[in-house]
Amino acid sequence: MGMKNKKDLAKFRETVIEKYPNKVAKKRAKAIINNDPENIPEIQANIRTIPGIITQRGCTYAGCKGVVLGPTRDIVNITHGPIGCGFYSWLTRRNQTSTTSDADENFIPYCFSTDMQDSNIVFGGEDKLKQAVREAVELFNPKAVAIFSTCPVGLIGDDVHKVAEQMREEFDNKINVFGFSCEGYRGVSQSAGHHIANNELYRNLIGNDDTMVGSAKYRINMLGEYNIGGDAFEIERIFEKCGIQLVSTFSGNSTISSFEQAHTADLSLVMCHRSINYVAEMLETSFGIPWIKVNLIGADSTAKALRKIAAYFEDDELKAKVEEVIAEEMKDVNAAREAVLPKTTGKSAMLFVGGSRAHHYQDLFEELEIKTIAAGYEFGHRDDYEGRRVIPSIKIDADSRNIEEITVKRDEKRYKERMTKEKLEELQKQVDLEYNDYKGLMPQMEKGTLVIDDLSHYEMDKLIEMYQPDIFCAGVKEKYVVQKMGVPLKQLHNYDSGGPYAGFKGAINFYNDIAMMVSTSIWKEVKAPWEKEEMIEAVYAC
Amino acid sequence: MLLRHTTPKEIDRQALTINPAKTCQPVGAMYAALGLHKCLPHSHGSQGCCSYHRSALTRHFKEPVMAATSSFTEGSSVFGGTANLVQSINTIFTVYEPDIIAAHTTCLSETIGDDMTAIIGKAKDDGVVPEGKHVIYCNTPSYVGTHVTGYANQVTSFVKSFSTATPKKKNVVNLVAGWMEPSDMAEIKRLAKVLEARTIMFPDLTGVLDAPMDGKFHMYPNGGTTLEDMAATGDSKFSIGMGPYSTEDACKTLENKCKVKFEMVDIPIGLKATDRFLMSLSRHANVPVPDEITNERGRLVDLIADSARLLYGRRVALWGDPDTLIPLTEFLVSLDMRPVYVVTGTPGKLFDARMKEILEKVPEAKFKSGERADMFQMHQWIKQEGVDLLIGNTYGKYIARDEDTPFVRFGFPIMDRSGHNYMPKTGYQGAANLVVQILGALLDHEDRTCSEEKIELQM
Repeated sequence: MGMKNKKDLAKFRETVIEKYPNKVAKKRAKAIINNDPENIPEIQANIRTIPGIITQRGCTYAGCKGVVLGPTRDIVNITHGPIGCGFYSWLTRRNQTSTTSDADENFIPYCFSTDMQDSNIVFGGEDKLKQAVREAVELFNPKAVAIFSTCPVGLIGDDVHKVAEQMREEFDNKINVFGFSCEGYRGVSQSAGHHIANNELYRNLIGNDDTMVGSAKYRINMLGEYNIGGDAFEIERIFEKCGIQLVSTFSGNSTISSFEQAHTADLSLVMCHRSINYVAEMLETSFGIPWIKVNLIGADSTAKALRKIAAYFEDDELKAKVEEVIAEEMKDVNAAREAVLPKTTGKSAMLFVGGSRAHHYQDLFEELEIKTIAAGYEFGHRDDYEGRRVIPSIKIDADSRNIEEITVKRDEKRYKERMTKEKLEELQKQVDLEYNDYKGLMPQMEKGTLVIDDLSHYEMDKLIEMYQPDIFCAGVKEKYVVQKMGVPLKQLHNYDSGGPYAGFKGAINFYNDIAMMVSTSIWKEVKAPWEKEEMIEAVYAC
Repeated sequence: MLLRHTTPKEIDRQALTINPAKTCQPVGAMYAALGLHKCLPHSHGSQGCCSYHRSALTRHFKEPVMAATSSFTEGSSVFGGTANLVQSINTIFTVYEPDIIAAHTTCLSETIGDDMTAIIGKAKDDGVVPEGKHVIYCNTPSYVGTHVTGYANQVTSFVKSFSTATPKKKNVVNLVAGWMEPSDMAEIKRLAKVLEARTIMFPDLTGVLDAPMDGKFHMYPNGGTTLEDMAATGDSKFSIGMGPYSTEDACKTLENKCKVKFEMVDIPIGLKATDRFLMSLSRHANVPVPDEITNERGRLVDLIADSARLLYGRRVALWGDPDTLIPLTEFLVSLDMRPVYVVTGTPGKLFDARMKEILEKVPEAKFKSGERADMFQMHQWIKQEGVDLLIGNTYGKYIARDEDTPFVRFGFPIMDRSGHNYMPKTGYQGAANLVVQILGALLDHEDRTCSEEKIELQM
């Protein structure tokens, strides 16, 4: 294992940037940080990608349509653009959904596209888009249609918002049609798409329906949980067991009505801070719903999150129930953990994933006694690394300046203070609620570990060569690169078709999957017997 | 039901594509570029495209797929991507050291009208293209044609950039490979070797997207057509283009540029297309077809004869790319199967003409190509009258499950199975693989669904 000597890690930045052209080296140096949790260094993040460097990043459309809106089953999502964007985001993220019967709407297995042709680029695509909406409505009769802009749409000046408005009128406002200006070139990564998605969710869906569904006690929203591999199902199971009413999930296993009623909850939990913190803030400003940061990845973290909820509601009955559930669930969790620890203890991991999992999964690795020696996001902002305390000092640069910031006002009719600020602060002192706060990835990582933003292929290659981690976590583009080097790669976007990994049952799944990965026999067979030196010696000895 | 909203009721769609039987140009260009040795594909657009295309190819091959991108921002989208591409070229040659950068474009750079020749010229002037290294490009607007068009455009750019005619023609036949699997290319090269024909194949994905695991990551694997071979294609005496949609352009360009005459054949999938390919190669390389190959053919005929009663009259729906659908449909007809529904999202008159001819014996057959020739349309046809077998890419599994229909995975992308890129579908051996897969799917379904007293121990 390469982590015997922490000094080794300190060499990484110098070694790696040597290879880059000067200007590139200067820029990348600021994104490769030797961590110090006591004195958190500033990291460069959320800036433009260096052309040609081989990034892991995707685009704004992916962040908006693919990530945030993709998981909602009853919206017809039409991609306005040439066929690729719709095709590549067709079922490729594993956001599962579950309906009670075939009578329920589920459009997730479908890909809808205006399939723009060159004539649409030349003469504009608005008429085709309108006709596509009409055809979708005739064939699928949905409650809502969402339109997603791709690169050329912004350039040729098609106005998807105007089209949406006209179509709403054409359907006598019986079908909610809305658009997203999520052209791929906006911002610098998927992150801009999250922001755009958040804004339009707020404008077009949140607060549309005052119906109070379910129990009036302990009503929560789960924000930034996309039900990859059934994570949200497990979370739903746990909350139900505790008697906690889940009003909405943004947006795993979600429906339009769950978004529309989100303002009737009394607390928002933020899982993926990066993708949904905007909605969390807007729900608080408009309706008075406080938000707290939680992590439901890891059994101990799940227990911690449940205790935070119980503390917030200040209800002894709930507190007792939560403790009972934790005790019951932890029996299986502990047994599973004990069984795999001999295989996992003392190993090392590296995590380079999207905008939240590179942090969240460190909890699971800690439970397995595996040390994270390097981690980073594709598109996290400084607050995701250093904590929200740095937000006032973040400068929005020219590349992200055009991402719309919407100003949200208090909804005078429906704003309700759930808990006074004083009370929240008092609670915050007693329990680490992380109210309105996220401490970021860096404080959790040990001194001397590496934190790298927007990791390039070259840097990944060098990381593995220099430090030989026992397991590397990233996505599908990295998977087979890393495995060719004889290092197993756990995909933390799609879980390698596994999961769920959230909650208690998810923790057990993860323990077992990681134990399997670090002890799979085939890694020992990478060299042919006749290529091994001892074999040749043996031949001579004969 | 997964596709619970699909009903038999068709409407005359003018604008909406649902569940496409195609994707966009650049992924084809990226795939083809990987078939040149020491070449790094480059996507000149915003980075989302590049990530999507790399992911799509990776999911299909379970192999590393390397490519770089210009990573457009809003600024470059308005003012042009010159600086991005020049910087890319500098970074790529410095850090990743390919011999060739093969750039392609996206709907973004095409809409704004970036002049690729001028930008690459500027990169040379700026001194960021090292001596002996190459930057080539093709225009691949996503709003024209499909991924097959992108493949064709990239293959053509190889010819434009590298094929050179010297005064001396050599007794070599160029095998211009249409979009197929590395295993298919390997099988075709094997056949050429058995014939003792001297050939150059391009692009050549064998050894690239079916590379071994040896404990090291090779950014540029051993496979791929070499620059020397690519240059030498101009001196070959003939070209055989396999798959007109993906190779005719390149063959014509080579003829115009280097006076190498060519013939178009289908990708050798199935009995007759393999026959035609071998006869073409035998004639143009001036080599006889040895008994070894005649025996392979005989074994395939034997297998088909043995299985005929299980194949006869079975209704098949298939979708995919025209260059593979044409010979595949012909093969199914030669098996006395009935390819009743055939769709390809790739537009072109040739497909319609060939289908009409091949499906003469299947008067009930419906086929469609181009815009809105999608899997939703095909599924509606299936809802109207069912089929016995589905053949196509992974997206067919949703229909297969809903309709409880046997399913053979074929084409691109296949994301939910591994090893398909090791098993050829070309040549007689590949045809035998296909027959075995078809029989397996049909009989597994029969064994699973028939009543207990009808279970058979033997065929």
